[in-house]
Amino acid sequence: MAFGPHLLLAALEGLVTSAVLALMALGLSLVFGVMRVVNVAHGEFYMLGAVVAWWVASLVTGHPALGFLAALVISPLIVGAVALLAERLVLRRLDYNPEATIVATIGILYILQQLALTFYGPDARPVAAPFTYRVLFPWFGYSGYKLAVVGASVALLLVTWFVLMRTRLGLVMRATQYDRETAQAFAIPVDRVYAGVFALGAMLAAVAAVLIVPISQAHYLMGLDPLLLSFIVVIIGGLGSLRGTLVAAVLIGLSDGIISAFFQPTLAKMIATLIVALVLVFRPTGLFGTSAR
Amino acid sequence: MTGEEATREMPATPVPRRRRPPAGNRVSTGRVVALHAGVIALLLALQFVLPSYHHGVLARVLVLAVFAMGYNLLFGYAGLLSLGHAMFFSAGLYGAGLSIYHLGWSAPSAFAGGVISGAVLATAIGVLALRTTGVAFMIVTMMFAQVFYLTTLYFNVWTGGDQGVVLQQQARTIPFAGSTIDLTDPATRYFAALALFSVVLFSVLALVRSPRGRVLVAIRENEQRTTMLGYDTFASKLVAVVISGIVCSAAGAAYALLFGYVGSTFASVQYSILPLLWVLLGGAATTLGPFVGTLLMYYLIDLSNDVLAAWAPGWNFSAIGIVGIALILLILFFPKGLLGSIRERWVPWLP
Amino acid sequence: MGAMAAVTPLLETRALSRSFGGLRAVDGVDFTLESGEIRAIIGPNGAGKTTFVSLVCGRMPPTSGTIRFAGEDITALPAHRRVRRGIAYTFQITSVYANLTAFDNVALAVQRHLLDEPGNRPSRRSLAADTMAALERLGLADRADAIAGTLSYGHQRLLEVAMGLALNPRLLVLDEPTQGLSDGEIDNFVGLVRDMARVSTVLLIEHNMPVVMALAGRITVFDAGRILAEGPPEVIRADPAVQQAYLGTAAA
Repeated sequence: MAFGPHLLLAALEGLVTSAVLALMALGLSLVFGVMRVVNVAHGEFYMLGAVVAWWVASLVTGHPALGFLAALVISPLIVGAVALLAERLVLRRLDYNPEATIVATIGILYILQQLALTFYGPDARPVAAPFTYRVLFPWFGYSGYKLAVVGASVALLLVTWFVLMRTRLGLVMRATQYDRETAQAFAIPVDRVYAGVFALGAMLAAVAAVLIVPISQAHYLMGLDPLLLSFIVVIIGGLGSLRGTLVAAVLIGLSDGIISAFFQPTLAKMIATLIVALVLVFRPTGLFGTSAR
Repeated sequence: MTGEEATREMPATPVPRRRRPPAGNRVSTGRVVALHAGVIALLLALQFVLPSYHHGVLARVLVLAVFAMGYNLLFGYAGLLSLGHAMFFSAGLYGAGLSIYHLGWSAPSAFAGGVISGAVLATAIGVLALRTTGVAFMIVTMMFAQVFYLTTLYFNVWTGGDQGVVLQQQARTIPFAGSTIDLTDPATRYFAALALFSVVLFSVLALVRSPRGRVLVAIRENEQRTTMLGYDTFASKLVAVVISGIVCSAAGAAYALLFGYVGSTFASVQYSILPLLWVLLGGAATTLGPFVGTLLMYYLIDLSNDVLAAWAPGWNFSAIGIVGIALILLILFFPKGLLGSIRERWVPWLP
Repeated sequence: MGAMAAVTPLLETRALSRSFGGLRAVDGVDFTLESGEIRAIIGPNGAGKTTFVSLVCGRMPPTSGTIRFAGEDITALPAHRRVRRGIAYTFQITSVYANLTAFDNVALAVQRHLLDEPGNRPSRRSLAADTMAALERLGLADRADAIAGTLSYGHQRLLEVAMGLALNPRLLVLDEPTQGLSDGEIDNFVGLVRDMARVSTVLLIEHNMPVVMALAGRITVFDAGRILAEGPPEVIRADPAVQQAYLGTAAA
């Protein structure tokens, strides 16, 4: 294949990564923005979403689209419930102390991984795509489903944006993010907002996972890479900024797709992680900003 | 509040008591040294009575406890929570292992090479990461460690990547007084591990009881106040990172020499979490806590693997679930760890 | 007067300013403090008193202006270096190390100044002796092994002062030292400050007017980030502008 089409293909792959990454990073960013909690287990909620999706799809017979749609509804609900449980049982008892919650979410990460390994096993398993239509470009055919993932992600992001900016629920969340004490003084049930935001963040990760399993399979260790990429997106994009998160997700997703097509993926990851660490060191304000104690 | 009020009402007349009651940093050095010497004597005696399996385990635990002690210096005393200490351990591991494997260095110079690698890396990481605090410090150290881990994978031609490299027996010997010390011999290995452990234990003890150690604790408790007492807190924290890096890389270098294997697993994020877990379990900011935590966790994982394998054969278990549960239970219910709680309730002079 | 001008003041600020966003918290302050003085800074809340001493101590950098200490420009010096040159600051809100013993709190200050003396590696014993002496001076010797956070509020304030004193400062900055103390404790404290003033220059921010009048040789009145008036207590007391800006509102 010539360079041009090769680049187009790489860019398309990058766009799919961006779409999924945007959803996941949005979840991470919401949880950090509102609760000041760095959720290291975010990648495992994604993994859990994929594993549950496989489980639901394997129970549903008939057209693959049925199983997929069932997974799209049930998997985020289950993952949200697990997150809610973790929030109530662990994070709330730690009073959301930033350092203690990081240690605790590392614990949650390992427990979820262990559960997946024990009950799902070490194998990678796919979910059938709901449809197999291929879009024909002059140089190659491309999966219609992948393009649909991009569309679905954009739609979900628009919905999230609408909820955050245009509804009372969003107002309550933003008020809590702005100032916890004042929000409490205005009779906002901060406690419930926290629980809701944590569950919502996990559900966004689960949706991203359900969208991705027909493309890449479900595996109990699949959470780590997206977690690191989400961190990168959130740090580059700036916290609590929906637009920043989106721009960074597209940027990181595209460069990940393109760099992986032309370079060794390990080298690409190495350089990206190093750059982001240095960004955090030299420009901490506006990125993790006020969080640093 | 009511308690404070009550104390305020109390007359300020001095209660008659001993002039110099032993507590805190003013305790007589004798008792503290005796305790630590006793622990080392006990470990020395165990070498002669332990069955071979536990003998091997204990040698490994001693080396990993050195890793934990290095971590504890930074996390327990200076209050800096790093999530990237695997890079310092593996800097020592690779520094020693690869200089034997590729350059044919002798065991002592390889050990020195490992420690120097760790010191250089810790200095660089410290200068960069200490520009951040709190959560950002945790994330930054984790990311630098991830870069280190990916580096060991990327240069797999030299490092052996996931597979790692095995060091041959003849490379792990030290010529000494006409004969050779064979580090692969179980008894020698145990003594070498114990020697390193003892040196580090007493060095840490001396450091934390020195004025410099008191400054580290002061930074953990209130950095701003410490600055206003005239201390350059950045310099103190940097020294703490470097010393911590040196101790951890000494553990890594010793691991390479004593157990003969060097691989990227030791650079993975799990080996950054483990020392945190060991220190939390044993008790942060206690001198013996890291050893106690490492020992207990090692046997806890060992034991639970046996029990689960017997109870549910054919299921997929690994240590990670136990590690996860232990982390959450400790941080929720037992944040001071074993020795920390003992010190709080019963033995206030415990260092 | 000519002879006076030849003596270098201990502390001197020129056109010292600090803004937060649009607010000029300290606005072009020229301030001079001679060695051996007890100087009080008074002024209504938000007048910029705490910001001013924070600039002097290096807890925040000024937006513009210069600070000279004992004749040397220290404007760019970080806080810890200023402390080592002899500027000690006691916090407005008590900030002793709540989880350490009273002994350790003071030892941290003592060892700093012991380490600074060239060629002097303090022994464990000399450190302990000096620390106990500092505690003794404030009547805290019998509390040496108490965890600082469990001490009464008054004792915590004393401990804070003990830490400041143990630095052997040339200039001791006390930010509202009598806040929250009982009348008896305040009387003790006034005696203590007089004691300190024999070896150190004292700059104190204080709201308690009887304490100010009893202690201060001169008073500087801040209002809206500027110096409104300066002079001996009786002059300040009689100044109508001061009465209007500060004493009037305080008395109400």
